[in-house]
Amino acid sequence: MSKIAVDCRGLSKQYNGEVALEGLDLSVHAGEILAVLGPSGCGKTTSLRLIAGFENPDAGSITLADRVVANGRKLVPPEKRGIGMVFQDYALFPHLTVFENVAFGLHRRSRSQKQADVRSMLKLVGLENLAQRFPHELSGGQRQRVALARALAPRPILVLLDEPFSNLDADRRSQMREEVRVILKGIKATAIFVTHDQEEALYMGDRLAVLNHGRLEQIGTPEQVFHQPATRFVAEFMGSTDFLPGEVTAAGIHTEIGLLEQPVDLPIGAHVEIALRPDDISFERQAGSQSMVLARHFQGAQNIYRLRLPSGRLVHALQPHTRLIAPGTPVRVSANPGHRLACFYQGEALKPAGN
Amino acid sequence: MSELLAKQSVPALDEGLAKRRAPLPSLRAVFLLWLPAGLAAAAVLLPIVYLILRATGSGASAWALVWQTSTLQIVGRTAWLAFSVTLASTAVAVPLAWLTVRTNLPLRRMWTVLTPLPLVIPSYVGAYLLASALGPRGMLQSWLEGPFGITRLPEIYGFPGALMILTFLSYPFILLSVRAALQKMDPSLEEAARSLGLNSWQTFWRVIFPQLRPAIATGGLLVALYVLRDFGAVSIMRYNTFTRVIYTQYQSSFDRTAAATLALVLVSMTLALLVVETRSRGRARYAASATSSAKPPGVFPLGRWRWPALLFCALIVLLALLIPAGELVYWLVRGLQAGERVTGLFPAVRNSVLASGLAAAATLLAALPVAVASVRRPNFYSRLFERVTYIAFALPGIVIALALVFFAANYALPLYQTLPLLVFAYGILFIPEAVGAARTSLLQVHPSMEEAGRSLGQKPLQVFRKVTLPMVRPGLLAGGGLVFLTTMKELPATLILAPYGFQTLATEVWSAVSEAFFAKAAAPALLLVLVSSLPMALLIFRDMKDR
Repeated sequence: MSKIAVDCRGLSKQYNGEVALEGLDLSVHAGEILAVLGPSGCGKTTSLRLIAGFENPDAGSITLADRVVANGRKLVPPEKRGIGMVFQDYALFPHLTVFENVAFGLHRRSRSQKQADVRSMLKLVGLENLAQRFPHELSGGQRQRVALARALAPRPILVLLDEPFSNLDADRRSQMREEVRVILKGIKATAIFVTHDQEEALYMGDRLAVLNHGRLEQIGTPEQVFHQPATRFVAEFMGSTDFLPGEVTAAGIHTEIGLLEQPVDLPIGAHVEIALRPDDISFERQAGSQSMVLARHFQGAQNIYRLRLPSGRLVHALQPHTRLIAPGTPVRVSANPGHRLACFYQGEALKPAGN
Repeated sequence: MSELLAKQSVPALDEGLAKRRAPLPSLRAVFLLWLPAGLAAAAVLLPIVYLILRATGSGASAWALVWQTSTLQIVGRTAWLAFSVTLASTAVAVPLAWLTVRTNLPLRRMWTVLTPLPLVIPSYVGAYLLASALGPRGMLQSWLEGPFGITRLPEIYGFPGALMILTFLSYPFILLSVRAALQKMDPSLEEAARSLGLNSWQTFWRVIFPQLRPAIATGGLLVALYVLRDFGAVSIMRYNTFTRVIYTQYQSSFDRTAAATLALVLVSMTLALLVVETRSRGRARYAASATSSAKPPGVFPLGRWRWPALLFCALIVLLALLIPAGELVYWLVRGLQAGERVTGLFPAVRNSVLASGLAAAATLLAALPVAVASVRRPNFYSRLFERVTYIAFALPGIVIALALVFFAANYALPLYQTLPLLVFAYGILFIPEAVGAARTSLLQVHPSMEEAGRSLGQKPLQVFRKVTLPMVRPGLLAGGGLVFLTTMKELPATLILAPYGFQTLATEVWSAVSEAFFAKAAAPALLLVLVSSLPMALLIFRDMKDR
């Protein structure tokens, strides 16, 4: 395992009695991009501000490249931490040119060295022709790149990006996402990237940390977080998930769409919840069935069907666009995921039995 | 909290366990920010505290003085004047605002520019012009004397003159505030009223007017404050409101307790108004932001009312602006013919510029820490300091001057009648404007700018110098300029505190008018009017450029 660039232990922060962050443990390896994901108010921005040094933790410690920068006794001010930050509103200095903005963090360097550093940075983000422009003369995407160049120019130990794409329109956003990832990876930067958009997190992060109510719900690779959500919250937050109650039996889990042959370490009769994604569900026409098709949503390459189960619960099923079934048709619904389904007992994910 | 602590009892975390309180400010922050901000607030409190000590020091006699019939009469007169002026100003300003914003009034753009202009006439200049026109030995009387043999005009000194001149000088406060409200008003509300069957007259009274009430209240309170603080107009009009009585007391009897007590009663009146004003302003702002509209408001056709409306605007502008301006020119020419020399004004101009320049610099310097603390470090103390400086709005110049004169005579004799003490008084008088300007410009710098500077390796002071200051500089300079120009016009504090023989433009006007040398007052008065027109001219210029 590579070197640890940032290590947070037990970080807690309250604002006027409101818990913003509670006991956060987080570490980022050198050269890694960690995406911190969660709904608004989950504490993701607070965690960034604590690491950057703009706020002081109520409790806990932060270690940057083996140097403690915050704990109960010690508090290193932001300017001494060696962290670069890309702000949500970019925070470009309006009275300085692009060149001067990028050069702002380069102190104690000779004039020629400064020139060279700024030039190479601007080249990296593809703005070498705009060095003499002022921020208000740039497009949103260009400002974004200046902000990134400015943060990277002093060669920080760590770059923090606070919802950096939220001010861009949708098509620019996916393009910038790709560019920024290529740039960060190209210079092997260590980065923490905060977002509320799970798709963006899956794309940008080498690993994902999901936060809710100031607590860490799960941290892992995008695949782990998506397919093996540690909590019901993560499953729900990672997108289009239906939950179905089930009861543990000797053979597996009994649900209203049939038996899931998935052994669990729980006493028989325990009540659990299964997370179902649209691709896990299929259905067949069956006259007289209690379940039926409620609606079909055409999405181009595929159709999403909304199905009503006998209990009145709704689930969604993904089907090829060629398969057309009219709303109102009675159907038999079944789950055939081809992999273990995430299963929750009192909000926490169950580990596969026997492990 | 105990739950939180229990959660962290992991051995490796020992260091992080201590619950952190808000960190104490660094020594540097104390000396550069908190101490100066606190001193500025203390300076504002000095006059009031001193007056309270002064008045209570004499025990029961001060309290008895408050309840004397003569004192209560002054309260009554002052309140009555403030009320009447506010009412008259409303009656002038609301129709003007509506006509210039919402109707097809002929020459609307011109009236829009001209109607707020009386604001630039200092009150003693306005009063002087009124007295010189309508008073005994005035222009009107001398014209009438020849052909008609009229030797006496109805008395304008006293209440009628004060009411007239203060109304003409202060109605623009209501005009501007109502105009802004009219411009922001959502036109669909009116359309809704019309679609519900109201005619335009009913629409005005049932839909438009209720929405203007907060704006009228805001402007009206400013007018009332203006009247309470005014010294020049009531003095020249010889109407005994607080400011005049205090000045006479100070000059004639040097009865400190009486003057101090009267000053305190006046301050309580202005403070009460200020509190009401602050509250109503909060409401008005809310109302304005709640009704943002994309569409510009429609234009109301006046029909056959066009000409009466035009006549009304013309009459107001004539009385409040053109006649005074014409008179100034008339007296100036008369003075020049009589051998007045403009060069005689040079010392006064130099003194005015010197005192105002020092005042602007000092006020800005004092205001900056207060503003930075309140915007960037919002806590109990920074809010307290800011509010305290705001109290200065309620302190009439005469009160500050009086308190400082007594204070210096007793405790700081070397400062008595010196320029530094005068500048100090100006600083107290105008610090709210400076704090306001500094706050507004600081609020426009998003904190992320400063955080970006910190994350790029700059210390707080460096960030302030390299990032914040360049961004707020235009706003600060504008605020300083405003203080400079306002200081030039200031009369009562200058009268009382200026060093012996230190004549400024304002005191030149005053002493010439006191002796009824109307022609001699014209040149300095004209200069003052021109100087105070500068901000208005800039505003109008910017407005025209924006269009």
